Amino acid sequence: MLENLKRILVIVGHYGSGKTNLSVNLALHMKSMGKPVVLVDLDIVNPYFRSADFAGLMQQHGIELVSPTYARTNLDIPALTGRLDAEIETDKTLIIDVGGDDAGAAALGRYSAAIRDAGGCDMLYVVNGYRYLTRTAEDAAEILGEIQRVSRLSVTGVVNNSNLSNATTPQDIAATDRFAQETAKTYGVPMLFTAVDERIAAETGVLLENGTVFPVRIFVKKPWEE
Amino acid sequence: MASNQKVLMKGNEALAEAAIQAGCHHFFGYPITPQTEVAAYMSKRMPKIGGTYLQAESEVAAINMVLGAASAGVRAMTSSSSPGISLKSEGISYIAGSDLPCLIINVQRGGPGLGGIQPSQSDYWQATRAPGHGDLHILVFAPSTIQEMVDMVFDAFENADRYRMPAMILADGMLGQMMEPVVFPEKKVVTFDKESWATNGHKNQRPHNIVNSLYLQATELERKVKERFERYEVIKAKEARAEEYLVDDAELVVVAYGATSRIARSAINSARAKGVKVGLIRPQTLWPYPSAVIAKAAQTAKAFLTVEMSMGQMVDDVRLAVNGKAPVSFFGHTGGVIPTPAEVLSEIEKLTGGDR
Repeated sequence: MLENLKRILVIVGHYGSGKTNLSVNLALHMKSMGKPVVLVDLDIVNPYFRSADFAGLMQQHGIELVSPTYARTNLDIPALTGRLDAEIETDKTLIIDVGGDDAGAAALGRYSAAIRDAGGCDMLYVVNGYRYLTRTAEDAAEILGEIQRVSRLSVTGVVNNSNLSNATTPQDIAATDRFAQETAKTYGVPMLFTAVDERIAAETGVLLENGTVFPVRIFVKKPWEE
Repeated sequence: MASNQKVLMKGNEALAEAAIQAGCHHFFGYPITPQTEVAAYMSKRMPKIGGTYLQAESEVAAINMVLGAASAGVRAMTSSSSPGISLKSEGISYIAGSDLPCLIINVQRGGPGLGGIQPSQSDYWQATRAPGHGDLHILVFAPSTIQEMVDMVFDAFENADRYRMPAMILADGMLGQMMEPVVFPEKKVVTFDKESWATNGHKNQRPHNIVNSLYLQATELERKVKERFERYEVIKAKEARAEEYLVDDAELVVVAYGATSRIARSAINSARAKGVKVGLIRPQTLWPYPSAVIAKAAQTAKAFLTVEMSMGQMVDDVRLAVNGKAPVSFFGHTGGVIPTPAEVLSEIEKLTGGDR
């Protein structure tokens, strides 16, 4: 399911839909397929819980990390780095973790022309049916439209990342299957896969109409979680 | 679709949604990391429900808009993080001095000064001792989960109205930024009759009400303040809250609030697994402080350990409550550094002789 995607993979979605955890997993997956991978933290909105938190893990796996100049410092300045322009022109696989909603996607708009010149991208719209403001396909599609408008790029697929954090059951995920499909249908794009905590991936897979499951490891954790 | 109507929310969003559901339709704020999502959420939701969202020109303006809205008898709130709360302190004092209810949210970050943007609990003294000038207290709630943030927003508005005084939710950046499943309670919002004091237009039907904090006659001002302190005594007797965890047989009692209490609980579970008799007292209100719960534990516990994301502020209140019956130690980090469960466990073992 991931073999046919373009080398530039842009991850967008509503605040808290789980873009960062998915991006980290995608980066590790692409790397395991033997590709040179760059994980790009393009979040200019979120102060904590971001891809730049995983610098050590990325380094350990030989994955390059590009993040805003002052990410994870005490300086609240959302300055983007020039390095992304250079990486877009290479032939490496780029996983671009974009900030939430249209506010976060605004930073992506600045790179839209360069991305198009480099052969375009696959832009994955991550949905979580348990987020308060995107519980219906209509609401999720509205945010998708806003993200497309400001990013000046088009979503090419939907990823269902519905979860209730540690309390998620396979049934919880299965209950969002139709919602994710409907969100995808509204914009005429395919529903690519369902990202599921690897510990419940097999049980969840058999419950889904759209059976493609991408098992993910939970990297984004709270300080009291092991 | 969602089972039990459970949804996944960021702490800041949950605070905002809970306030709306608690009947607050007037929000005045100013963005500051790490609480900006409260204002961002309000800006999206308030227009849809016919409420007021106003990004003020400063924190000082925002708190004074809250004073104005609260005077008219509506549920009003503002939200900020540490440096912004300092700016609001004059307004908080005026609101307390005018006997007005409101909700103030502080999603704490490291200080002093501009400090940092990582989580902190170094505004404990500010919240409980001097949220503004003058003889005054405000109600201070300390949630430790996103669900509790939601529940406490309802409680804070209710008690602010009941006692006609400002209430604060003292959160921290970790609670504001992290995500957890929550269920919004279906409880009915308790409303209070404000006609006897609200300046909402008398329409020539009643004498006009006055909202004021200026009393130039010293004796009159003293009478007002004393009246307020009598109310504070009632609140101290009735509204202090704490959660106890494995305290009954504990030789060491850890006292921690907010996000830090979850780190402490994790360390306590590890220590219990090793047979160490340790428990947790988690204050849920910081003013009034649950001194009685701590004093009771001090009758049996051999020692206390306070864990905070500060240089040690709440530890003062723990010592006052323990009143010399047992030694009270402190462990903490400050400036945005979060203590780890392993560090707290090692501190517990040191104090219980587990490392002998």
